[in-house]
Amino acid sequence: MATTKKTATKKVAKKAAPSLKFNTAWEYAPALEGTSHVTIAPQYELFIDGKFVKPESGKYFNTINPATEANLSSIAEANAADVDKAVKAARKAYNGAWGKMSGAERAKYIFRISRMIQEKARELCVIETLDGGKPIRESRDIDIPLAANHFFYYAGWADKLDYAFPNRKPTSLGVAGQIIPWNFPLLMAAWKIAPALATGNTVVLKPAETTPLTALKLAEIIQECDLPPGVVNILTGAGATGAALVQHNDINKIAFTGSTEVGKLIQQACAGSSKKLTLELGGKAANIIFEDAPLDQAVEGIINGIFFNQGHVCCAGSRLFVQESVYKTVLRKLKDRMATLIVGNPLDKNTDIGAINSKQQLDTIHKYITIGKKEGAEMYQTDINLPRKGFYCKPTLFTDVAQSSRIAQEEIFGPVLTVQTFRTEDEVIEKANNTPYGLSAGVWTDKGSKIFNLTTKIRAGVVWANTYNKFDPTSPFGGYKESGYGREGGLQGLAGYLHI
Amino acid sequence: MSERSIVRPDFRHSPSIDQVGAEERAARFTKRSIKKESKLQGLHLALSMIDLTTLEGKDTPGKVKQLCYKAMHPHDALEGLPTVAAVCVFPSMVGIAKKALEGSKIKVASVATAFPSGQSTRDVKLRDTKYAVAEGADEVDMVISRGKFLAGEYNFVFDEIAAIKEACGNARLKVILETGELGSLDKVRRASDIAMHAGADFIKTSTGKIQPAATMPVTLVMLEAIRDFYYETGIQIGMKPAGGISKSKAALHYLVMLNEVLGADWMTNEWFRFGASSLANDVLMQLAKEATGRYQSADYFSID
Amino acid sequence: MSTNRLSILKTYKLYIGGQFPRTESGRSYKATNSKGDHLANMCWGSKKDVRDAIVSARAAWKGWSARAAFNRGQILYRIAEMLEGRSEQFVSELVSMDVTAQDAKEEVQDSIDRLVYYAGWCDKYQQVFGTVNPVASSHFNFSVPESTGVVGIVSKEASPLLSLVSLIAPAIAGGNTVVVIPSYSKPLAAISFAEVINDSDVPGGVINIITGKATELAPALAEHMDVNALVLGNESDELDKDAILKGTHNLKRIVAYHEINWKTEQGQSPYFILDLQETKTTWHPIENIGGAGAKY
Repeated sequence: MATTKKTATKKVAKKAAPSLKFNTAWEYAPALEGTSHVTIAPQYELFIDGKFVKPESGKYFNTINPATEANLSSIAEANAADVDKAVKAARKAYNGAWGKMSGAERAKYIFRISRMIQEKARELCVIETLDGGKPIRESRDIDIPLAANHFFYYAGWADKLDYAFPNRKPTSLGVAGQIIPWNFPLLMAAWKIAPALATGNTVVLKPAETTPLTALKLAEIIQECDLPPGVVNILTGAGATGAALVQHNDINKIAFTGSTEVGKLIQQACAGSSKKLTLELGGKAANIIFEDAPLDQAVEGIINGIFFNQGHVCCAGSRLFVQESVYKTVLRKLKDRMATLIVGNPLDKNTDIGAINSKQQLDTIHKYITIGKKEGAEMYQTDINLPRKGFYCKPTLFTDVAQSSRIAQEEIFGPVLTVQTFRTEDEVIEKANNTPYGLSAGVWTDKGSKIFNLTTKIRAGVVWANTYNKFDPTSPFGGYKESGYGREGGLQGLAGYLHI
Repeated sequence: MSERSIVRPDFRHSPSIDQVGAEERAARFTKRSIKKESKLQGLHLALSMIDLTTLEGKDTPGKVKQLCYKAMHPHDALEGLPTVAAVCVFPSMVGIAKKALEGSKIKVASVATAFPSGQSTRDVKLRDTKYAVAEGADEVDMVISRGKFLAGEYNFVFDEIAAIKEACGNARLKVILETGELGSLDKVRRASDIAMHAGADFIKTSTGKIQPAATMPVTLVMLEAIRDFYYETGIQIGMKPAGGISKSKAALHYLVMLNEVLGADWMTNEWFRFGASSLANDVLMQLAKEATGRYQSADYFSID
Repeated sequence: MSTNRLSILKTYKLYIGGQFPRTESGRSYKATNSKGDHLANMCWGSKKDVRDAIVSARAAWKGWSARAAFNRGQILYRIAEMLEGRSEQFVSELVSMDVTAQDAKEEVQDSIDRLVYYAGWCDKYQQVFGTVNPVASSHFNFSVPESTGVVGIVSKEASPLLSLVSLIAPAIAGGNTVVVIPSYSKPLAAISFAEVINDSDVPGGVINIITGKATELAPALAEHMDVNALVLGNESDELDKDAILKGTHNLKRIVAYHEINWKTEQGQSPYFILDLQETKTTWHPIENIGGAGAKY
């Protein structure tokens, strides 16, 4: 123990340049989640009409673990003929057992799915992490519980639809074609399937080609739940499979989550048809920090905003706006916080940032990092070693970013944050809205009236005030402008699957 | 005191804290999974940071002596254990503890200033402090006047701490905020700022006599206050959560928080303490489990 | 006083940004009825007129969407008042466009009533369609409908005044601003309606009306990147649907009302307002939720 005198000397010596040292005193030993309870078959078929069937295409593709690049399983690739089979099965189920079933009975099936997901949560979260690269902490604490909760929430709506839309007797649409992305594979499947079933539709769902496994596990759960055959069909495949689904004539509804670019193609493909369409697309959200904000919590909000799920989040807070007077403080706090982020094996319970979902996505992120540097922005990355095998990216900040910069305008979909400063409310509102997107935004201030000024004027579907990246089955999610239309979650999420 | 000039900012302007965000952040530290060698290291560190405490009306010289022995010899059946950091007692027991700990590096800490309520005059508090120091206390754990603080009389609180600090002489001053009586994290932050600016060497959550005592969110807010103060002044301040931390797992969570908020320079008992009476035995049981591979029974660990 | 006084013919112009300009193209077309009577020379609006109207609508949107809902309601009601006062003019105009006297009278009355109906909704639909969402965390969460922005509207020939009113009213009740292409063949009432609007405290640019050929003008609306939504209230076979829908490069919200008969009960509901709304969901933490006392 030091004496007071020694302490005093130390204090004076410190005065020169205070800085904190992280990751040197105590490193955490690897704490790997077990995988012995997990079953991944060497090959998966298409789930059509309640059965796993070989694809008409005869083709299979591999799904890999992006953290190790190791092959996980061989997956059937559905072609137009397979899509047709699945749609016919869905139509048959819609005209048959499912369409005639009472809402109360439908609800029980959906509740069952929710319970079964909870029972198999540990296996599902490990598979989600293996197939997609996200940290086990997130798949365990966020993805899988939210997926189960989503089914549970919508199950309860099935026999109460008349209460949702005043003065209306809503009716189901028919067969829904649903296409989901790779960033939240099971959760997105839940967001699509749960409301579709609750409203009495039948479903053909296509998961993303890099993350098909949990959707196929969900198919097994659906089988185990004794859902009538054909009510849910799951077709694996890539863009061509999705296109075949979108173009199929006997589909009443398309729900798509993915890029704005593909969303526009789908809108055009559905043009002139009677298909009802909801799109949940890209974003470039502003996360706005005022000088009177609770700064330490705001910094945590910045971290959750951009580094959650490796930044593979359409509503990621990828454009940080900090009021000039606290810019230095916020940046210092942010860098200190970034220094404690653990990047590495997604199966390690201590990992904060896992693997980038695919080689292709990693290339995209690297492309933008190069662009950012070329545009003259200053780059900051944490000083860490990345695993040698697998797809990883260091948490990255760009400061001195211009509003016109491509990295501040285009969706990067990775752990890359741009930082800009502002002086006045009007200025930051204008900059925040100066984007074709409008999915989400964050506002941090201790002043209530300022929050409401901002939340009212920002053109975005979800506004988090003094928090960020929160999700709940009861809370509608979806965008303005080029971030898409329609809402998922909550009462509003029913509308996309009903004639009202 | 000479090296630290007194600055008195407007404490009404301490940064605001969002409670829900602070709770979420605190909860996230508990998601760290501390295994194998890092667990062993953490448990050793935790043991070395304990202020072994007895603050009962029924304390006897005999009990204090036993506690001091425990402090020096936590569990002789296990080799290579550190001692605890300090023994914390009432002023009347300081002399006994000082004698019992002679020859060890363990500090004697004394509560003072009309502990635990602080409901007395400045004069009595100063004499209480001086008495403890005269008896040989290396560290003084004072309580702030919560009534004055809650009434917004920040200058009163500031002056009182500064006066006690002066009375401490060479003894290090730990300032107990009694966060369980402050009512909000904003107030915890404000009290932390007042204490540090007034001359605290440590800030401490609680007396242990009021519930809630130490919690993760409260400690987080105080650690962040220490961090901001350090960046502002270059002066390092210690942290002592006290009361309610009785399990090793909880202690490891606090250390994770310390490790990730203040970093390596604070990961020693010079700058971090656990105010606890029953934590030591739980840490010892965990260490014995790590050494033997068997889960332990309390029957094999002395209760002092 | 002469009894053989020469009557004054009305010049029908466009309505853009609260002004009545002639089309920048200088073009006009003859509006006639089935008997071949020459009713008026209408502006044959151009794509440039549409673009100007969109600029006006965008400029007006900020203020209009931020108006108190109650105030929007009063303004809609004011339009109804003004229309009531000019009923006879509209009846005779409709009659000149082949509507029977009885139908014309009913159509004008229905149009007035429809405006009153939506005037009432201005400050109520948010309460009916907004939600407070009980999220499973310490957050207050609510969703409110908000205007989509600038809306392009294509109206139809049948019941030319009532169709127009039925399409415009829910859009502006919901805080949107509009660029409207009225029926080519029966355009008179649209421009007279613009005069009513202009006298009704409706800020300039909130409603813009461009007469001309929908086949030419609707694609200009569809292609424009600053139009947020498109309402197709025209006859279903009138436009090349694909061309219009494919012209939308900015993910326009597209609503088609081809089949709706505005004369029936089906012709009015708050769901028409909702079709041109976005849902905004706001989250904020709540201290100390879920139990009494401090749990920090």
